[in-house]
Amino acid sequence: MIELILEAQCTACGECVTICPSNVFDGGPGGVPVLARQQDCQTCFLCELYCETDALFVHPDATATHDLTAIDVATGDYRRDSGWGSWAEDAQYRNEHWRMGDVFALARSRT
Amino acid sequence: MNEGGLHHHQSDILVIGGGLSGCWAALTAARAGARVLLLEKGYCGTSGVAAPAGPGHWWVPPLPGAREEAVKARLDKAQGLGEATWMHRIMARTWQTLPDIGRHYQYEPDDSGRIRLNALRGPEYLRALRTYCLAAGVQILDHSPVFGLLRDKAGRVAGAYGVHFQGALGPYRAQAGAVILATGGCAFQSRLLGAANNTGDGHLMAAQAGAQFSGMEFSSIFSIVPHNTTMSRAMIYSFARYLDNAGQEIAPDAEGQSFLGVARALAQGRVLCDLSAAPETVRAQLPLISPNVMLPFRRQGIDPFQERFPIDLVGEGTIRGVGGIRLKGENWQTGVPGLYATGDVASRESVTGPISGGGAVNAAWALSSGCLAAEAALAEGHVSTGELEPFTDNEACSNGQNGSDSREKTIRKQIQAVMLDAPTQLSRNAGNLRAARNALENCHDSLTYSAPGGSWRQRQQRRETQALLAVARWCTASALERTETLGMHRREDAITKASDVPAYHVISSGLEHVQSRREAVHA
Repeated sequence: MIELILEAQCTACGECVTICPSNVFDGGPGGVPVLARQQDCQTCFLCELYCETDALFVHPDATATHDLTAIDVATGDYRRDSGWGSWAEDAQYRNEHWRMGDVFALARSRT
Repeated sequence: MNEGGLHHHQSDILVIGGGLSGCWAALTAARAGARVLLLEKGYCGTSGVAAPAGPGHWWVPPLPGAREEAVKARLDKAQGLGEATWMHRIMARTWQTLPDIGRHYQYEPDDSGRIRLNALRGPEYLRALRTYCLAAGVQILDHSPVFGLLRDKAGRVAGAYGVHFQGALGPYRAQAGAVILATGGCAFQSRLLGAANNTGDGHLMAAQAGAQFSGMEFSSIFSIVPHNTTMSRAMIYSFARYLDNAGQEIAPDAEGQSFLGVARALAQGRVLCDLSAAPETVRAQLPLISPNVMLPFRRQGIDPFQERFPIDLVGEGTIRGVGGIRLKGENWQTGVPGLYATGDVASRESVTGPISGGGAVNAAWALSSGCLAAEAALAEGHVSTGELEPFTDNEACSNGQNGSDSREKTIRKQIQAVMLDAPTQLSRNAGNLRAARNALENCHDSLTYSAPGGSWRQRQQRRETQALLAVARWCTASALERTETLGMHRREDAITKASDVPAYHVISSGLEHVQSRREAVHA
């Protein structure tokens, strides 16, 4: 479940408000979004991809909140591993989704 | 246009749902020159089960004999419910159209420098589809759930109504020459990745317009996730072993993949997953194949290859299941004039039979059904004019009191207790199905006489609850109707074998009173 908006990193671009499929965020008074409907979060992590400054943290536990603070979390790994946005030109994080068929075939060959 | 707080939209084609199928439908219609409105409950680009996943597509080149062979293999698995014509059509259309996405999707070559056109990562794919739709002139309105369909004086579907939660706020009416329903399957709000919006809204509105359903008994399929998470990506679990609370390995069941043993062990306590058999190369490649798979582990300090971790089963309902709106024409017509159903909201029995289409067949179906239905709707060329009205006004059932959120939550929990109970869904019998039916009928009675009222958000949630319940009732009635084991529908009390009776479909329908019946497959 979406756990944190890191205010120090947030540029108040409003992208997360728009792209969240569960409409979890509202635009806040200072421009920084607020978690208006946190319990509606479907824990898809996609907001993290769309946050260019890695100001969002989704906890993998979809059943509860965890009272974490900014110092507890590292953000940006999903966006980085996806080679998304500012990582797009980094050869280290090239999209290797095409391997999936080969991995399934490997698994089948072992059973 | 905004009249008295009500927004009006007009288009040639209205697409409801902005996932894989809805996007391809909208794109096809817009590229043919039509005015297209796409209404999405969440956000077109992140909504739906394809977005956080990685759909492959059924991908067979038009080489001599290749497609015939693929169809034959699939027909064998389809156990009398498959139809070669439909399989050929979706294969051909996918092969023809999917490469178009290369205009907006950045393919990466494999180790031999070849582009594998059929394998796309979900977030990038859906983002590309959105970009492509907008470039083609599709009007996309996000955060705009549909509450129901509208009909013209002749009874033809000619639009939909709902509410905008972002942008132009407030209620809307959208009028169109034809409506393509692409709202996806229903997984009863299990923790299946990306499925929270898949509450069966499209099924409900289609039923209100008179559509029927087929194959809803094929809705009993479950996937592994790390405990309490949503991460249902399957690839890495093809190397998994499972151990019960006592440390005993759970033997794979005879069918190989239904997880009945895991389900029964989970009912007794914790089940641990062991991934130590995953090859080193796969471990290293995993983050770049499916970057989201490692998130639950990394963020909870688990090394999934060195230590065993607890897992849950999450229901996939009719998403990786098969059932849906019964098609009445060769171009995804529903039998209700003006209404088409594409992607997972439609029954996929003709291409999958009683087993899951998995990612590949289902993605090819989503794409090709969207494209072909859009072309058929355009060829029909209907132009809607004149006054429209809703099919039924469910809210007329109100007894005037304010809606109760807690009561609604209770009903959803009761639906889930039935439909997401893995041990009874994976091994059905008349007793547990009748108990399920009774529990759901009680929910129905209590929902009918509770009040809607309240905010737009409450009214939307109420629609979702009605939809979840309706889908659950059709699934259960259909499961009772089919007394043999067939594919994912497993009846432990079966007396006859499916192979001993002529193949049939189970047709279900009705909202106030649910009905089911058998219909012979025409040879």
